[in-house]
Amino acid sequence: MDGLTPGFDHPATDAARAFRMVLDAMAHPGRIVTLDGPVAPAPCSQAACVALLTLADATTPLHLAGAHDCGPLRDWVAFHLGAPLVGPEDATFALGTWDALGPPAAYRQGTPDYSDRSATLIVEVPALSAHGTRLTGPGIETAAHLSVPDPDALRGNAARFPLGLDFLFTSGAQLAALPRTTKLGDG
Amino acid sequence: MTDQAYNFAYLDEATKRMLRRALLKAVAIPGYQVPFSSREMPMPYGWGTGGVQVTAACLVPEDTLKVIDQGADDTTNAVSIRSFFEKVAGVATTEATAEASVIQTRHRIPETPLHAGQILVFQVPIPEPLRFLEPRETETRVMHALEDYGLMQVRLYEDIARHGEIARAYAYPVKVEGRYVMDPSPIPKFDNPKLNMSPALQLFGAGRECRIYALPPFTRVESLDFEDYPFTPSKAAGQDCAICGASGSYLDEVITDDAGGRMFVCSDTDYCATRVQEASA
Repeated sequence: MDGLTPGFDHPATDAARAFRMVLDAMAHPGRIVTLDGPVAPAPCSQAACVALLTLADATTPLHLAGAHDCGPLRDWVAFHLGAPLVGPEDATFALGTWDALGPPAAYRQGTPDYSDRSATLIVEVPALSAHGTRLTGPGIETAAHLSVPDPDALRGNAARFPLGLDFLFTSGAQLAALPRTTKLGDG
Repeated sequence: MTDQAYNFAYLDEATKRMLRRALLKAVAIPGYQVPFSSREMPMPYGWGTGGVQVTAACLVPEDTLKVIDQGADDTTNAVSIRSFFEKVAGVATTEATAEASVIQTRHRIPETPLHAGQILVFQVPIPEPLRFLEPRETETRVMHALEDYGLMQVRLYEDIARHGEIARAYAYPVKVEGRYVMDPSPIPKFDNPKLNMSPALQLFGAGRECRIYALPPFTRVESLDFEDYPFTPSKAAGQDCAICGASGSYLDEVITDDAGGRMFVCSDTDYCATRVQEASA
């Protein structure tokens, strides 16, 4: 537990502000928002840390993938979230790089009658920019662009609507969301 | 100043996280009803406990909140909820639609067009549009899963067979992005076109029924109809508001005496008052 970093300074209002940013991102796929706040041990980004503090707790099984499955981060999760650490098949949230998280099919996709019972993947990316794959769908007036890791796999995820995963892409303090409804174009 | 006896926005943090997770899934699956663990609120079911919980999960201290009940800012329900959040969240409140960042509403969408960045929170009594056609939740879940909405079309058809038109005037069912059929809450069907491609985020909370659903901005929302009986958003025919003279707003009928006297006035009090003010300026 050495070097444990603190959580929110003001848990109620900080979490409220952070949620509004995440909600804004989810309601406008491709929009990049900034999440200020505390930091978790490396390699967890600040945005992923704030998103987890806002959304995850003891009722949300969490999957730490690849390099994120390390001692300091496990300790941080145990202290701040209390989320049970599980494999991909049981996770409500998963955190890691795209390659470490593995194929989307490994995660819960929801069921036809309860399509909300699917995982949300927090994908750490090297950088986020409003260039790249063309996005259309609910929340987007005409079109948006976002640098996404694996457009083909994300197209496959969108094709499973109303089942499928929802994604939060994080880099540093930046976060962008990609719900399953967003259609991915070329690029 | 927030009343220090309460956590910010009344609810505890674990409850707000649960609500927030449900809201994100609701936004990710437009028109789909996400179950959530509704809490007891310091008001009775039917008074907007679902809307209040959604508002509490969304509010930040910098928000300006507007609350309307059937379009009016000054009715009991609206005044109570507004003062509730003044007390437990310390947020600013307003009656002006354009100045509000969060608007909680019972059964109306404001006449003033909403703008990007605003959140409209609907209080919903019965979230399931198929409920009066099929009482079993297990069955309506399967009907949504299979996109089996034939029963709803038959119901609308029976209206035409019996009344010559689709007789439902409020809570008129809509189809969201060509997939889920959704109950828009008991707004008059006059308001249905405002749901479509709205720049604002629209969230729906049903407290007693434990359901949250959402329409992200710029989402296609079509009112169900038939090619030969197209949807018509209707209001009191041939009437203008008796106070501000508006011809394009939704009107309430007010009985004025025992001799059949009546008048029609705007249901949206902010819209009406603003028009009166502008006319006298």
